[in-house]
Order: sequence, then C-alpha cells, then structure tokens
Amino acid sequence: MKLVNWGTAAAVVAAGGAVARRLLGGDGQWPPRSVAPARASRWHVVTINRPIDQVAPGGGIPEPLAQLGDAVEVQLRPAPGGRGTELAVRLRHGESAGVAGGAARISGTDPRRAVRAALRQAKQVAETGEVLSPDAPPTARETLLNSPLEYATRHGREEGRL
Amino acid sequence: MKALCWEGVNEVAVEQVPDPQLLNAQDAIVRVRRSVTCGSDLHLLGGYIPFMKQGDVLGHEFLGEVVEVGSEVRKHKVGDRVVVCSFVSCGRCWFCEQGLFSCCDNGNTNPAITETLWGFAPGGCYGYSHALGGLAGSHAEYIRVPFADQGAFAVPDGVSDERALFASDAAPTGWMGADMAGIRPDDVVAVWGCGGVGQMAARAAMLLGAGRVIVIDRFDYRLQMAERVLGVETLNYERTDVGAELLERSGGRGPDVCIEAVGMEAHSPGPQFIYDQIKQQLRIESDRSIAVRDAIYNCRKGGSVFILGVFGGLVDKFPLGAVMNKGLTIRSAQQHGQRYIPMLLERMARDELITEHLATHVMPLSEAPRGYDLFKNKKEDCVRAVFTP
Ligand SMILES: NC(=O)c1ccc[n+]([C@@H]2O[C@H](COP(=O)([O-])OP(=O)(O)OC[C@H]3O[C@@H](n4cnc5c(N)ncnc54)[C@H](O)[C@@H]3O)[C@@H](O)[C@H]2O)c1
Ligand SMILES: [Zn+2]
Ligand SMILES: [Zn+2]
Repeated sequence: MKLVNWGTAAAVVAAGGAVARRLLGGDGQWPPRSVAPARASRWHVVTINRPIDQVAPGGGIPEPLAQLGDAVEVQLRPAPGGRGTELAVRLRHGESAGVAGGAARISGTDPRRAVRAALRQAKQVAETGEVLSPDAPPTARETLLNSPLEYATRHGREEGRL
Repeated sequence: MKALCWEGVNEVAVEQVPDPQLLNAQDAIVRVRRSVTCGSDLHLLGGYIPFMKQGDVLGHEFLGEVVEVGSEVRKHKVGDRVVVCSFVSCGRCWFCEQGLFSCCDNGNTNPAITETLWGFAPGGCYGYSHALGGLAGSHAEYIRVPFADQGAFAVPDGVSDERALFASDAAPTGWMGADMAGIRPDDVVAVWGCGGVGQMAARAAMLLGAGRVIVIDRFDYRLQMAERVLGVETLNYERTDVGAELLERSGGRGPDVCIEAVGMEAHSPGPQFIYDQIKQQLRIESDRSIAVRDAIYNCRKGGSVFILGVFGGLVDKFPLGAVMNKGLTIRSAQQHGQRYIPMLLERMARDELITEHLATHVMPLSEAPRGYDLFKNKKEDCVRAVFTP
C-alpha cells in the first residue's frame, strides 16, 4: 500500500497540534503494524463518508475522540475509491487480551469500549451532524429474563467487532 | 399514550406507555393514522428473533400526520401527511449514497448485537427488536421518526391513506425484490408466498415487464385475491406439482427469476417440514428455509433468486450444489425503501399500483391482539390487519 495519501493526511492532522501522537508504520502497513507486539493494541478503524478536511477540520482530532487524550493514538487518511476518510484509533498502553480482556469486559473497565463508542460517535457526527439517540424514556420493563439483553443494549455502541 | 406491546412469545397487549419525545434535532413526531401487521412481526411474536424486551412497542409499517418537528427538519412541517419507511437510515453514509438504505451505518443505536451476529450491523427498523435498534414501533398513537427528512415522505393528495400505507414497507420490499433480481422484458417470474410482500413483488414484476408472473402459496383466498386484483397466475402447492407446472409454463427452461417472500417460518406439506420444525424448536437450526430451497431448485440455469423473506440466523440443508452448478445469482436485503417510495407513491397516484385490497381487516388499536391472531393464524381470510390508533 502506498504511503503517499497517508502522508498528506498525516500532515493535515499533525498541523492541528498534538492531542494524540500519530505513528507511521514504517513497513507501509495499513493500519500500521503495532510497535510492541507483546502487548499489542489493535487498530480500531471506521471509514467516514466525508473528506478528510471535514472529518478533522483544521487538522484537529474529531470529538469525542479528542477527549480520550493521551490514552490513544489517532490516524487519519483518505479512503480509497472516494469513500471518504479512514479514522483509526489504538490504545497507547495496549489492551488486555485473553482472560484479562474477558474480565475487563465483564467488570466494565475494558478501555476499548470508550474507543469504540468514540469512533462510532465521531463518524455519526461527521456524516449526519448528530448522534442518534435511542428512544427515551423506554417503554420496555427490566426483568430478570431480559437482563442480558438489557446489558447488551446499555453497551450497544461500545461492543461489537469494531 | 396507548400502544401494542410485545409481552412474551405469542403474547401481545395494548398498554399505556410514555409518549415519544423529540430527542435529536432531525427527529419528527408523527401521530399514527394507520399501522399494519407485517409477516416480519410474526417472527418476533414466535420468539424466533430473541432480542425483544417485555413492553417493546410493535409495528413498523405506518402512515400518519406530523405533529412536531426538530430544529433541523427541513422537508416536513406540522400537519403534513406522511408515509414513513420502516427502515431508519441517515441518507448520508456510504451505504445510503449507494442506495443500500437498509444497510445504513447510522440508523441502529445497538450495532454491537448484529455486528457480532452477522459481521456488520444493518440500519435500524421501528418496532423490530433491539438487534435492529430497539426503536419503538408504530402500533401506537404517536411515534418518533429519526432522520425525518430521509425516512418520511409526503403523500400526494390524490392517494388515500389506505393505499399509501403500504408504501412504507410491503410495496418497496416487493419492488426491491423485482428490481434487484434484474427482471428483463418477457421473463418468467415465480414468487413464493402470497402475502402482502409476495403480492407486491408480483405486481412489481409485471410493471417491470415480466412476461409471466406465477405466485405460489397454499391459501386459496390469497391466491384468488392475487389473480383478481393483480392479474397474475397462481399455483397452490398443496394441490399441484409446483416443479412440473413451472417447467410447463416456462417452456422447460424454469423461471428466469425466483422471488422468495415467505421467510424463516416457511411451511411445507412434506416430511421436510417436520424435520425443520423439530430442528428449529431444538435450536439446532434457527430458521426454516423451505421456500428458499424450492426457489433455488426450480430456478433456470444462470437465473436469479431474490430472498425477501426475513431470516435471522442459520439454515439447514441449503442447496449450495444447485446454486453453484447452475450458476445462480442470489441476492437478498432488508428493504431499501427510501430508494423506491417517491416513485411508488407516483405510481399509486396513477392507479398503477393498488394496495388497499391487502387491508382485509381494519380495526381500532384496542383490538390489535385480535388482529394479530387473525393475521398469524390466517383466520377469516386475513391478509393484513390494519390498526387505526
Ligand atoms: N426484506 C424485507 O425488507 C422485508 C420486508 C417486509 C417483510 N419481509 C418478510 O417477507 C416475508 C413475507 O411477509 P408477508 O407480510 O407477506 O407475510 P405473510 O405471513 O402474510 O405471508 C407469507 C406467505 O407465505 C406462505 N408460505 C409459507 N410457506 C410457504 C412455502 N413453502 N411456499 C410458498 N408459500 C409459503 C404463507 O402461506 C403466507 O401466505 C416475511 O418473512 C417477512 O418477514 C421482508
Ligand atoms: Zn415489514
Ligand atoms: Zn446511512
């Protein structure tokens, strides 16, 4: 994969000041291969159907990703075929995997949740100008039977394959 | 307000629930004038889509009057008579721009469930479980319509509520099947299922130039309706050898296009029905795909199969060998309504597309549980039950 486009994009973002550090994968991989495979973080990526200067106006990190501050690395580049902008985020201090990851998920401390939610929100805001809110107040009642589903919908944007 | 809620497998009840509110600037609130049962609801009722909570409001095919608009709504104002697409789509993501509206990236507030289940999350649908966003349904006095400029369409003056109602779901679904299956002039088209969706697919096939359209079901009252109102040919699979008939009627070639409009609770007179039903009840297979198998088997070499029926998970005995060796094209989708609704409303205004015959039972919302009983169990020659909240 060519790094030319990526270079331009990185430049745009870099111009906006360093809320988060951007890493260029030296091997030209996209998303760039992680630096320390031992406690690697995966890149979480969304494609936003908007040009890069709208996703990151003035080169800044789009909200609400900016709020994650130093905890994450952020990368932007034009998507191929005129599909907009690829926005990638990775946890700077690695993400727990295996048993630890599962435990973190259950105890609600999995930092990837914040990353996923922020990515989905940044995409929605850039594409539609708002973050679609679930119906409120809900008409459904919480029961023992639906508590697993209740849990899943409470974290509807924080989990998944992203 | 009053609404029809899901209360458990095969249990629905009219209840008092909180009124919907404007929550996003692109929302509108619509007072529902008509809301109709759909075959898709039966899959929820039967517990085949296990993402419902007690108290969820059902219904996704509706028409009404705008009573409130958010500050960013441009196309609609209070008092407009609108029909609303059953799928919630933003109109601005890549999928919406491609016309794949039901695949919208931004219409579902719970993407995690379907992303995990299916790999990626489709858009949201009203009253269609938390897997598809958990938005309250339309069997209610009022409903919140997100992205109102994208999903709500003004109904032309000459088109009645009774007719325009089906521009919400059944008509665009059927049209999509015929359109995306790639029907060409003089094609022979076979449609499995003679409910609202199958009938609309059959009518669309005719309007798109098919030479012969043959609808297959086992309920004579539905088949007779299709013959009378739509002018199509029919086959009752309980009394005829469908395969042999289709061969005869297509010069031995087989139908060029086969549209499946039955879904995951398909019925069959043969032993495969019991086989599939037992496996489904044991949760070894989640969906019965009997009509899909028939469509694939009967389709001509190099032909096209479109699956309109809703499926949720895994099917058994999928005839991949027939697909591969006959070189079939299989497509499927939840309906991309926003792509077709304005055109369908125009055709309705010109009397090219008649839909009101589908509403065999019209009743107040308070009688909705009876309406579902009639519709689910095909009693009193019911095709669709329509509620007037
Ligand atoms: N793709 C979409 O966006 C979309 C939209 C609306 C509905 N649907 C789906 O379309 C399907 C039909 O909806 P409907 O409202 O017409 O439902 P319906 O229950 O009124 O009609 C289904 C018909 O299929 C017939 N049938 C059952 N088994 C059959 C078989 N083996 N061969 C031939 N016919 C058979 C039934 O007798 C019935 O008449 C449902 O699965 C529904 O979920 C899909
Ligand atoms: Zn439907
Ligand atoms: Zn969209």
